[in-house]
Amino acid sequence: MSETAEAKVKEPLFSKKNKKLLTDPLNDDNPITIQVLGICSALAITVQVKQAFVMSVSVLAVMIFSNLIVSLIRNLIPSRVRIIVQLVIVAALVILVDQILKAFVYDVSKQLSVFVGLIITNCIIMGRLEAFALANKPFPSILDAIGNAAGYAWILIVVAIFREFFGSGKLWGFQIIPQSFYEFGYFNNGLMILPPMALITVGIIIWVQRSRNTKLIESN
Amino acid sequence: MKIFRNILDSVKPNFEKGGKLEKYYPAYDAFETFLFVPGHTANTGAHIRDAIDLKRTMVTVILAMVPALLFGIWNTGYQHFLALGQPDATFLEMITFGAIKVLPIVVVSYAVGLGVEFIFGIINGHSINEGFLVTGMLIPLCLPVGIPLWMVAVATLFAVVIGKEVFGGTGMNIINVALTARAFLFFAYPTLMSGDKVWIDTTLASGETMADGYTGATLLAQSTESATTYVNAAGVQYTDIFSSAFMGTIPGSIGETSTLAILLGAALLIYTGIASWRIILSGVVGAFVMGLIFNAFAVNPFMEVPAINQLVFGGFAFGIVFMATDPVTASQTNRGKWIYGFLIGIFSIMIRVFNPAYPEGVMLAILFMNIMAPLIDHYVIQGNISKRLKRVKVAA
Repeated sequence: MSETAEAKVKEPLFSKKNKKLLTDPLNDDNPITIQVLGICSALAITVQVKQAFVMSVSVLAVMIFSNLIVSLIRNLIPSRVRIIVQLVIVAALVILVDQILKAFVYDVSKQLSVFVGLIITNCIIMGRLEAFALANKPFPSILDAIGNAAGYAWILIVVAIFREFFGSGKLWGFQIIPQSFYEFGYFNNGLMILPPMALITVGIIIWVQRSRNTKLIESN
Repeated sequence: MKIFRNILDSVKPNFEKGGKLEKYYPAYDAFETFLFVPGHTANTGAHIRDAIDLKRTMVTVILAMVPALLFGIWNTGYQHFLALGQPDATFLEMITFGAIKVLPIVVVSYAVGLGVEFIFGIINGHSINEGFLVTGMLIPLCLPVGIPLWMVAVATLFAVVIGKEVFGGTGMNIINVALTARAFLFFAYPTLMSGDKVWIDTTLASGETMADGYTGATLLAQSTESATTYVNAAGVQYTDIFSSAFMGTIPGSIGETSTLAILLGAALLIYTGIASWRIILSGVVGAFVMGLIFNAFAVNPFMEVPAINQLVFGGFAFGIVFMATDPVTASQTNRGKWIYGFLIGIFSIMIRVFNPAYPEGVMLAILFMNIMAPLIDHYVIQGNISKRLKRVKVAA
């Protein structure tokens, strides 16, 4: 970990630049709403908050370790085979995460099914490896991973909250909307369970974000 | 009229630049232009002088929908009393019952939709126009009478915001707003939008009972069982199914049952040139052709339904006259309109027959073709360009 030490000497641990790595992906450079990456899993596993949370943690773990490992060996990877090297690293980590999920949260793992395996193809991870970890030191790489995974996670969880609340009247599996509402004539919104509504919810988040943050609006 | 003018003139200073309600000028403008012809003229560029404007177009379409609305009100009452086994109820009783059930849906649809239009107009500072007037009438007419009012409100809100305002408001939407509302309800609350419980209002007052053999199923739902035996709400078999469906004395969404009332509206729209006769004609031909194709194979009862009956069952007539012809979302080129209408006809009957879960195929067919319309136009225009280019080359 000599490189981390070097970074410490050269600049404070949480310099302005490093802080930016952490906070930018949360808003101005959000992987889902601004870069529009990782949409596939955002649509598929946001029906329940629990699934979305487990998925976010899995992606966070895979991202941190893959960014760290790739950053550590970045000078050893021949650039012509770098994609396959990255894939091997990510795939190994995903299998680890998958096994852990199966061991400890089996029911959620079953619901997530193929989407855990598909973390390998999550464009956010490959994108950060290519764009950041290959050219930066381990510590900033970890910060970048945490920032991007958190940016991914909060969108996922917000979308899941909306979908679970309106779609099945629950949050984290607990009934939130009381039974008396249903007796009064309230119905769960079946469209919220279907993937198109996830896309529309993400769209609304993008809309709100852009109208609050005017520098994101593209001029034409 | 003088009273309105005086009221408007007296509050006008508040809304003009520097007034305390300056922000709400679009709202004032909406009322003023709704009541009076605006006094300002365009001062740049070429423009067309025409007696018809957006407001008059919209009002004509609403007039065209009045027969369907009135018939829907009567039919709501008729079906209700039929289901109770009292077909002898007076005309006035039926109208009163229908009006009590139908008018609140219309009011909610207009209130919510216009509310959203006003809010967006004020936030964005653009003038509020009459785009919602037609949509606000179409939404109630394509819903079953048993729909709860709050669902109408939610669906209207969704349709106007997601279906129209995000694209930039009236004239910019790519899919029909009223159908967006219907599709939203259809997928969000399927139990209240399909089945055999929702089409007839069966609220019972004390002492009332259902007729023996009561059924609330629509003809489309019954068609999946048999192509020949249909029973009405009171459980009595229809004597002449085509004329019943044509006249509209059948269960169904509020405004779509009577093909006759819709044809009256269609006549007005075609006469005034507001709806494209190309779309209506090609749509009917498409549906009829698809019906004939199914008749030729006829492996299940639904395929045996005579092609001519397919045209009067369900919401096909309503959809093709009032929704497919929406000038904003339909194809713009004449050849494109033929293709667009024909494919709507084909797909409506295809979805209807192949997927019993979605007996009302016309909604999905129109939404699908709305999305395809720009593509059709693109190829029609490209085809025209290349044809003309070829002519130039031959001449040279």
